[in-house]
Amino acid sequence: MSDTIKEVPAEVQDWIGKERYQEEGEFPVERGYIWTACSSVEMGNPLYWDDKAAEEITDGVIAPPTMISTWFRPHHWAPGRTKQALPLQIHFDLKEELDLPEAIMSDYTVTFGEPVRPGDRLRTAQVLRSLSDPKTTKLGTGRFWLIDVVYTNQKGEYVGTESYTGFGYRRHAK
Amino acid sequence: MSAAANLDTTSLTAAQVKAGDALPDFGYDVTATTVILGALATRDCRPMHHDRDFAIHRNGTRDIFLNTPNQSTWFERYVTDWSGPKGRLGKMKFRMKDSVYPNDHMLFRGNVTEVDTDDTGCTWATLEINLSVEDKTVTDCTVRIALPKDDNDNPWTRKGDQWKP
Repeated sequence: MSDTIKEVPAEVQDWIGKERYQEEGEFPVERGYIWTACSSVEMGNPLYWDDKAAEEITDGVIAPPTMISTWFRPHHWAPGRTKQALPLQIHFDLKEELDLPEAIMSDYTVTFGEPVRPGDRLRTAQVLRSLSDPKTTKLGTGRFWLIDVVYTNQKGEYVGTESYTGFGYRRHAK
Repeated sequence: MSAAANLDTTSLTAAQVKAGDALPDFGYDVTATTVILGALATRDCRPMHHDRDFAIHRNGTRDIFLNTPNQSTWFERYVTDWSGPKGRLGKMKFRMKDSVYPNDHMLFRGNVTEVDTDDTGCTWATLEINLSVEDKTVTDCTVRIALPKDDNDNPWTRKGDQWKP
């Protein structure tokens, strides 16, 4: 396998700075996932376990802010779906269009706006911010990209922005 | 959820915090269950977070590894264990230099680097947090968290232009 990688097609270059995949979460925010997430990291913050504390401090139950991406991840399967829906679709589009079969995330920044509450339906849009020249790391040769995901709630209030730095790559030739 | 109704709701105020303060260290032994439960909790079914063969032979990593969103929730847990429930996250930024695998012992260490007040009167602490495994840095994380100015203040009441994370 060669370490040479494909040039960036003009169509992909054109994605930079443009909103793509405006979507609404496939299900409303719900407490089961809130408890599962808290349980996964053994987080005993009373905001998520004690309704009285949540009422006093956050005017009712909220979700942990860092769960923001959970609410827009599509179901693994749904009736009538012929192709698996993927979260952060731009990331997978880049892998395919640039012929880079593997990818990891390296940097992650998240900014939090209004709290997310059970029953909320979040809306998102994905924006490719930048695409690097070819780079070689210990994993392989490929390109870094920066993707923003902007979240609003059903009232149009700003909920947050996630910025992911991904590295799509081909493993080194053996 | 009434079973946990006696949880501690005490929160730090900005007056109790200064640059140079250390957060208590926190360690945790990671298992395959930790990784898979984290992926499940974040609805992340990509195979490198539950399928060891895929992780090793496709991704070239040594095992399945913690996913990014769940790692952010570990940082949230670490920070809000320190701040108490009135601490409100504004921004979190991290760089993953390596991955966290089953059988790793995660160690979180943190320091306050700045305490400031923005033009709305909201008081903030900036934290630098290091997540390491066997003294090797896995992730460096910077968190900006709003803390109550005093016992009568509550950052969660801020909305719109009064909230500038």
